[in-house]
Amino acid sequence: MTKAKGLEVSLAVAEAVKQANVDVIAAYPITPQTHIVEELSVYVANGELDAEYVPVESEHTAMSASVGSSAAGARTYTATSAQGLALMHEILFIASGLRLPIVMTVANRALSAPISIWNDHGDIMAERDIGWVQIFAENGQEAYDLSIAAFKIAEDHRVLLPVCVNIDGFILTHMIEPVLFIDQKKIDAFLPPFNPALTLDPKKPVTMGPVGVPEVYAESRKQCEQALINSREIVAEVFDQWGKTFDRNYKLIEKNGPDEAKSLFITMGSMGETTMTAVQELTDSGESVGQVRIRLWRPFPKKEFLNAIAGAEELIIIDRALSPGSHNGPVAQEVKALLYDEPVKPRVHNVIAGLGGRDVTVKDFKKMYAMSRKNELDPNYTIWGVRSDA
Amino acid sequence: MLNNPGLENFEKITSKNLPRENYISPGHRACQGCAEILALAMVMKVAGPNTIVANATGCMEIVTSPFPQTAWKLPWIHVAFENTAAVASGIEAGIKALKRKNKYQDDLPNVIAVGGDGATADIGLQALSGALERGHNFLYVCLDNEAYMNTGIQRSSSTPYGASTTTSPAGSQSIGQQTWKKDMPGIAAAHNIPYVATANPGFHLDLMNKVKKALTINGPAYLHIYSACPTGWRSKPEKSIEVSKLAVQTNVFPLYEIINGKLTITKKINKPKPVVDYFKTQRRFAHLKEDDLKFIQQKIDEQLARLQRLETDKE
Ligand SMILES: Cc1ncc(C[n+]2csc(CCOP(=O)(O)OP(=O)(O)O)c2C)c(N)n1
Ligand code: SF4
Ligand SMILES: [Mg+2]
Repeated sequence: MTKAKGLEVSLAVAEAVKQANVDVIAAYPITPQTHIVEELSVYVANGELDAEYVPVESEHTAMSASVGSSAAGARTYTATSAQGLALMHEILFIASGLRLPIVMTVANRALSAPISIWNDHGDIMAERDIGWVQIFAENGQEAYDLSIAAFKIAEDHRVLLPVCVNIDGFILTHMIEPVLFIDQKKIDAFLPPFNPALTLDPKKPVTMGPVGVPEVYAESRKQCEQALINSREIVAEVFDQWGKTFDRNYKLIEKNGPDEAKSLFITMGSMGETTMTAVQELTDSGESVGQVRIRLWRPFPKKEFLNAIAGAEELIIIDRALSPGSHNGPVAQEVKALLYDEPVKPRVHNVIAGLGGRDVTVKDFKKMYAMSRKNELDPNYTIWGVRSDA
Repeated sequence: MLNNPGLENFEKITSKNLPRENYISPGHRACQGCAEILALAMVMKVAGPNTIVANATGCMEIVTSPFPQTAWKLPWIHVAFENTAAVASGIEAGIKALKRKNKYQDDLPNVIAVGGDGATADIGLQALSGALERGHNFLYVCLDNEAYMNTGIQRSSSTPYGASTTTSPAGSQSIGQQTWKKDMPGIAAAHNIPYVATANPGFHLDLMNKVKKALTINGPAYLHIYSACPTGWRSKPEKSIEVSKLAVQTNVFPLYEIINGKLTITKKINKPKPVVDYFKTQRRFAHLKEDDLKFIQQKIDEQLARLQRLETDKE
């Protein structure tokens, strides 16, 4: 293992994809995803990566071409953000329904209108039910590591599902961070060549994507869902193996701060780092507070999550997306539904913060904590920092 | 212009050397007299076993693939309605990469995308344009039955002027379809691809030879096939071939090919029949009046004259 190199996180992700030796990249530019695919096109142009770079005319085609190339047996990668992800919507379900292990980076960005190039999780939350494995990275190192691990998870014959790695737009994609790169040889040993279960092979013809009559549709969807549920174990296994091989450990759900913390912030993505600074400062001043990070969002790791929050009296769930007309943001909905069956339930506060790139600072988290202690947060959710004069 | 190795020594398909094998099994659920499935089967006969098919949502997809049955003896994938050209471009790119990286041992297969007129001229036009422009080595086949048949005979931009459909119904205030049929082959040709042709299963040898040429030529090829649909056209199922032939004999659907930009009419009609002979065979045109038919006849004549001008065009 070489020493850490400071570079833009997008370029680290591109490096990961190159090291995964993908066969096909089909992508369409959108801020803040662009630097990843630009870098990959450079690798292909100068022969550093032997792949077909398909410069498609839209994200709908990026996903459709990815389905085609994955079905043909090629290791396939794409990346997008917000409007691009929304344009892929229809095909995302088909990619998982056909059990194709495509890997996609989502550089998370707010959805229009009004048009915004800045970060939130509104894009992926609108795609929550696509049947993909969905992972959130917190920093540049994680973005690099998980982008490689994603291929191993996706292509495992016990999974065979597409995997999406979420990295916060700008906050991560455009940040210069120290990243430890791994030797190609070690990656090759960790990630064997793609060995598809079924391909469009003229010697062994199969019919992919047939009509699902009412007698079979439900079973087919259930099978896909079962594969997604089962993937939890394989994600954990691959993370374990990563830790053993490369000495960086990732958990599906990660708890930080004092074990016995009474209040817990629940976060996903890069915001976790800022939260941790606040948690640290609050702990230093004698407060009983910690943090739980959701790294694997789909399938939701129920057991691990319940374990992580056991004993807590209060959860402050940070959502980076709005679920208009609902009681809560998407993450809080998920957690509340889970708590319904629990004999002892912590109080739940839900703060929707950082929409469309709004800055959320250490001070903000401390204030959220103070308000939660005094029960000053809205019983459903509070949109953090929204101006009433707007 | 892209190169086209192979056409110099092109060996024609004749009635003597017709490929025998069928790659779409009988027992599929197409309607009686469906000329669309007939055309599709002819395409596959020529393509042969080393072929991968991407099929858009539509009649052909539905009637050949109700799980757990399949009519396909070729590797076949259906993804969605509007993206079959995109899926095909992914297949082509994937296999190309695998071959280059020594992970694909066999000869490169034919990659054929199949879509209806709706899938091609309307909702899938962008994906098709992208795939043609990028220069993938594949054949796109548009099976043109002149409406969205799978969903119940709604109009498309390929529906002919005056035809009554469920969303362009003829009525006291409407002639039916009010727009002229979109020139899809012209749009494909505008991408400067090496091969574009129109075909019709009523002229099976012409059709099959065009498939063979399209697959021989390197780069994208586009084949626009007239596909009589008795259910949607309200014509007699047993008359589908007759109707198909009439479409050419009246110049309603001229047969031509464009190789590297050069247009040739492949079926010249010396004594064209009046369009009314063709219109009489289908009840979708039953409401048309004499004046309407006169107007249509005039437009059809103009359309042919334009093709003839293009044919004699020196450059
Ligand atoms: C995005 C989307 N919109 C609409 C449909 C509904 N739909 C399925 S097939 C079809 C029409 C197909 O028409 P065409 O391409 O001409 O094929 P045909 O059935 O006539 O052979 C429509 C409208 C769909 N499946 N997907
Ligand atoms: S509706 Fe028309 S195109 Fe569709 S299967 Fe029937 S005859 Fe063929
Ligand atoms: Mg049609």
